[in-house]
Amino acid sequence: MIYLKLLLTFLKIGAVSFGGGYGMISLIREEVLAYGWLTEEQLLHFIAVSESTPGPIAVNMATFIGSAQGGFFGALAATFGVVLPSFIVIILIASLLAKVMRYAAVQAALNGIRPVITGLVLGTALILLLSTIADVKTICSPVSFDWKAITIFSILTGSMAVYYKFRRKTVSPILLLLLSGSIGIIFYL
Amino acid sequence: MKKILRLFFIMIKIGLFTFGGGYAMIALLENEFVSKRHWIQSNEFADMVAIAESTPGPIAINFATFIGYTQSGVLGSAVATAGVCIPSFVIIYLISLFFDAFQQIRWVTAAFKGIQVGVVVLILSAGFKMLFQMPKTVYNIICMSITMICLVVCSLYAVNFSSIFYIITSAVLGLTVYFVKWLCKRMTHEKGNKK
Repeated sequence: MIYLKLLLTFLKIGAVSFGGGYGMISLIREEVLAYGWLTEEQLLHFIAVSESTPGPIAVNMATFIGSAQGGFFGALAATFGVVLPSFIVIILIASLLAKVMRYAAVQAALNGIRPVITGLVLGTALILLLSTIADVKTICSPVSFDWKAITIFSILTGSMAVYYKFRRKTVSPILLLLLSGSIGIIFYL
Repeated sequence: MKKILRLFFIMIKIGLFTFGGGYAMIALLENEFVSKRHWIQSNEFADMVAIAESTPGPIAINFATFIGYTQSGVLGSAVATAGVCIPSFVIIYLISLFFDAFQQIRWVTAAFKGIQVGVVVLILSAGFKMLFQMPKTVYNIICMSITMICLVVCSLYAVNFSSIFYIITSAVLGLTVYFVKWLCKRMTHEKGNKK
């Protein structure tokens, strides 16, 4: 039952991910790779589309993966799954447990989680970087540097740094994706 | 009833016009519910931001559920959450129907090869942003580094170790640190009393 699988997987993702869209990336990556729903490249494409369309990234990702696996009802199951834990937790907090967030123990647990989320996001970024620019997936895979990808990576990080220096803010994600797409057309066509 | 309908349409509008996830949405929600309509007090809104950020799940959904509840109870929550999801759902579903065919076009394939690198840069910069905002305590730095290194090493050696374990372990660790500190405080306090 693909619908049930999608529902349960995204319930799990919705229930244990903290820190919004990017906090979920590591978990989403593990789940979709484990089920063979997406390859790493496809996952990156899905993230690009989710980031450059309106709405919450997590909902976009869930809908997209759900639809690719199980059509309309798959999309519905995945989206419902990712939303439901939030919905229940927030209603509990808003109605019964108004003071729960002020308990020192809850804050302590959250303070314990925060650095780990940062580590998960950075770690996932490194894994994806390794596989994109050097095709390294496991320790056994031969290292083959993709010089085009390395050049694109340098151009993108370089232009981000220059932009930050002059405008004092980070490049909007859509602008960055447009830039990387244009460079891609120049390099790979 | 009128208010619920209005809530629904406001959330659809917000879902349709925010790019870049939860944080971008917070500014729009503030403008809509605090500045324009005065449905929510600004200090109440600040509390909601803190709770939406620190509860599990997408920040935008947490926020929508919360705002809906304060306006019209559970029904309001359901309506607000549905409203914020519907534009995403419709747009992404339509895209997903044509995405495979779209990717077959030669120059689109080329563009997506570049975009792959772009997405990695985006995730990396999101991670660095979180790193800069993280208070640089010993606990934070150690936990962050261990998680990052373990995640990369496990992936390289193809060991299956879910991110969930890191999250649960760190929550338990955070609680343990808190209780140890609390016990230490009590013990020194008791010593002080005896003297």
